[in-house]
Amino acid sequence: MEQREDEGPLHWFAHARAGDKGNSVNISVIPYHAGAYEHLLTEVTVDRVRTLLGHRAIGAVNRYEVPGLPALNFVIEDALEGGVNLSLGLDGHGKSLSFRILTMPVSIPIKFAHEAALE
Amino acid sequence: MEADTIFVACAAGFGGDRFDASGPLIDHLSTCSGPRYLIFETLAERTLAIAQNQMLRGDGPGYSEFLERYLEPVLADCQKAGIKIVTNLGAANVAGAGTRARQLADELGLRDFKIALVEGDDLLSVTSEEAISEMATMEGNLIERPLVGANVYLGARPIAEALRLGADLVITGRCTDAALTLGPVVHEFEVSDEDMHMLAAGTLAGHLLECGPQVTGAYYADPPYKNVPDLANVGYPVGEIGRDGDVVITKPCGTGGLVSEGTVKEQILYEMHDPANYLTPDVTLDVSQVNVAQTGPDRVRLRGAAGKPPPATLKATVSMDAGFLGEAEMSYAGPNARARAELAIEILRRRFQRLAITCPVRFDILGVSSIFDDDRGTLRAGEAGAGDGDFRVRVAARSDDKDELERVALEVYSLWVTGPAGGAGFRKQLSSKVKTASVLVDPALPDVSVRLV
Repeated sequence: MEQREDEGPLHWFAHARAGDKGNSVNISVIPYHAGAYEHLLTEVTVDRVRTLLGHRAIGAVNRYEVPGLPALNFVIEDALEGGVNLSLGLDGHGKSLSFRILTMPVSIPIKFAHEAALE
Repeated sequence: MEADTIFVACAAGFGGDRFDASGPLIDHLSTCSGPRYLIFETLAERTLAIAQNQMLRGDGPGYSEFLERYLEPVLADCQKAGIKIVTNLGAANVAGAGTRARQLADELGLRDFKIALVEGDDLLSVTSEEAISEMATMEGNLIERPLVGANVYLGARPIAEALRLGADLVITGRCTDAALTLGPVVHEFEVSDEDMHMLAAGTLAGHLLECGPQVTGAYYADPPYKNVPDLANVGYPVGEIGRDGDVVITKPCGTGGLVSEGTVKEQILYEMHDPANYLTPDVTLDVSQVNVAQTGPDRVRLRGAAGKPPPATLKATVSMDAGFLGEAEMSYAGPNARARAELAIEILRRRFQRLAITCPVRFDILGVSSIFDDDRGTLRAGEAGAGDGDFRVRVAARSDDKDELERVALEVYSLWVTGPAGGAGFRKQLSSKVKTASVLVDPALPDVSVRLV
């Protein structure tokens, strides 16, 4: 069966949550359909995450694979410009950065998109 | 008869969380058979630092300012139903919290109500600031004296000991959030230090429960992608921890919210770094192979949490004074508002130079780019965008000198008459800040005590 690859924002295919620890942030990326996980492995890379947050002076970016869920978990060091205690920005926790990651353009078969994306 | 399942309900996920969440949880627990617990988690990293700051200045009790609002409505009902309460409402003054809780119990006419305190997280009571400043740091800032506080994360064992003494209410200061759940698990199932399977299961349950409704649909909704019913009435979570290590997350009937594989998966990874090595004083938790399955409406089962021995050192949070954050805002709306907002920032930059403002200052334009941006406004500079709209200039500055921040705020204020046309809606705010660092602590150092009061 032919698979149609579709360009779309990661938001069509996955949801995410961010949490802070000091000046670093972790962002989970969880596919709506487990079948999208293998595509996330090739599409949602450390380099692409780095690009989306590259305007900040971020440090190391690590990607952890969590096949049991399945999900990816990114840890971005020094992403919070001081973090909740010292940041001058409104979002010292970096809680909104999950949705920054969900703007990432990805190429994943449309059958793995959330149905809301198809309407 | 030994229980096969214990039930732990979380009625607060942070200090200031809804005060009316406990009612449906107590009703729910009253229908469960087995050991039942109600926990309140109210102590974020900065919450404790704020409590310590209040104590130092003498304008706060040192324990959670919300203690009465959480405990007063539940003490009588919990004692009647045989539900034990475990909470870190003690913050920087566990003894004071115990005294206040005893007063509440007396006022309610409770008899034989046992309160246990877990103390000893305060490192400054056992060692010097100098010694702490020489400890190895894990993350965060360099340690600068004077310290506001230094508190070590205690684990589940002292809480289990408090329960063994027969406590109806256990009050702690700094402990891991998961310990509020793992403590009851260790006590009820008599979990040994070698039982990695149960320590992992109890820690996973505690990790899922510790943020309250974040696992039952709150902080999840993104309609129409993620629809969550009736968040105004969201049910707070109940964890069922089986002797076999299975964990079920559910919520009371008749409440809003949602317990789904999605809500649970987001919370598993919340504030987690390496999912195979989540460090706690009780166990190193591995969630990488956890299986998450919906087994009924608003019921999700987790199986497969693995554990390894905990790290050899404890972690402590050291907090230090970080001066003040000053913020001031002014809005511009309608035709060409973007250009007027940008002009306001240009004027402010030049004024701050002239006034010799040397502290770090950040400018945002809400409505163009703020929340994702960096301190230099890189994203905003790349957003040409429409010139018409509803934009709000935000200025934020950090300094040890309140007067400097006041001068910053007054310059924004003066845009009323000196700035671009149509400036409106000025607001300003000054807040004191605490910064933190994490250090590694020898487990033999804290002097942990558990006592009934």
